[in-house]
Amino acid sequence: MDLIRVLGDAYPTLVKGLVMTVEITVLSLLLALVLGIITCLFGMSKIKPLKWISSVYIWLIRGTPMLVQAVYIYFAMPQLVQLITGSNFKIEVFTASLLTLTLNAGAYISEIFRGAIEAVNKGQMEAARSLGLSYGKSMIKIILPQAVQICLPSLVNQCIITLKDSTILYAIGLPEIMYYGKVYVGRTFETLATYTIIAIFFLAIITILSFVSKRIERRFKG
Amino acid sequence: MKSSETKIVVQGLKKSFGKLEVLKGINAEISKGEVICVIGPSGSGKSTFLRCINRLEEPTDGAIIIDGQKINDPKADIDKIRRHISMVFQQFNLFPHMSVLENITMAPVTLKLKTKAEAVQKAMELLERVGLSDKADYRPADLSGGQQQRVAIARSLAMEPDIMLFDEPTSALDPEMVGEVLTVMKELAAEGMTMMIVTHEMGFAREVADRVFFIDEGIIMEQGTPDQVFGNPQNQRTKEFLNKVL
Repeated sequence: MDLIRVLGDAYPTLVKGLVMTVEITVLSLLLALVLGIITCLFGMSKIKPLKWISSVYIWLIRGTPMLVQAVYIYFAMPQLVQLITGSNFKIEVFTASLLTLTLNAGAYISEIFRGAIEAVNKGQMEAARSLGLSYGKSMIKIILPQAVQICLPSLVNQCIITLKDSTILYAIGLPEIMYYGKVYVGRTFETLATYTIIAIFFLAIITILSFVSKRIERRFKG
Repeated sequence: MKSSETKIVVQGLKKSFGKLEVLKGINAEISKGEVICVIGPSGSGKSTFLRCINRLEEPTDGAIIIDGQKINDPKADIDKIRRHISMVFQQFNLFPHMSVLENITMAPVTLKLKTKAEAVQKAMELLERVGLSDKADYRPADLSGGQQQRVAIARSLAMEPDIMLFDEPTSALDPEMVGEVLTVMKELAAEGMTMMIVTHEMGFAREVADRVFFIDEGIIMEQGTPDQVFGNPQNQRTKEFLNKVL
């Protein structure tokens, strides 16, 4: 196998792709964290319309494949906007990719948060309230710190999923690692070596992430 | 220790969960410094009754009046009222992510009733009092059930309450740990704290209570001094219940 030779040759483009992969993943996860918190708060809100917004959003994301979401946002949405407003509308491939990945991860992160909050024993809220703390203060001081501990493993898991899912964006032409791999294969037909390298890149990053997450978990438990 | 000053008045208290009516009209008057033990079969509504007093359960009907103020009123600031009505739970409900000391200082500091230093000093006094001053830096999970419940009592006392509600405080404890918690409660009673205790410890109720409420089917079936209720029960249901548990 010509792994080393291909690696040496394809290295510059593959790394360029990898940088994009990491960049879009990190950016979208940061945004998804905020989106997830907001969606979770909406979902737990007593105001009905906010609850609906949250459920419809989660329903749409969970109910459709990410590939469909990506092509919808990149190809279909501009047409839709044009139909409605009559003016020309174009979305950058990076923006569309970021939007897709953020919307996707945001929905799942919101569910992770909700699950974690519900997993905190009911007695904790009662104890905090019975000491005279308001609902908000009880949430911040008592419920959320425990929920964060509970959801950390699932959150890291979601990071891994988002990182892997970002390769789907190759389908709309985001120049991430799969895109550059494909371009390189197209030029050289080094299929086996190229895709092996890409797989190893992912394996390496995710192994490190898993290791870090285990360390964090252990620290919280200890 | 009981005085003539009325502390808590309960009028026609009703509570339903959906179609199930758990409390069917409870009337009671409790004086300052009085110790009330609430007994009755499980499912009789005694815990619900207690939880209505600090509105952990929202009464469906009736009134709860504390120090002359109706507390189940939309205008009543329940967070403020709860500061002087503490509750001790069957499952302790200590905050597992905090040390014992932080458990006790959290509420007074968060609510800006005390500075951090004052709260710590008070917490150490309280820990001393419940016999756990060497456990201040422990996590709740590292304590026994009896120790956890004593910390929970200290946490309640840190709010300097004038009413304390105990919801089966010893029911989740191993038998050998019941005594240490009851001892702390006895001391509180002797110091004149107004206490309402839902309990299955009949010996304790007999010894400590000023009055005993026997609750069944959502009403107070019988009430009186421990001697009256335990020694000479009038109601048939009370007799049957006591026959089973004594």
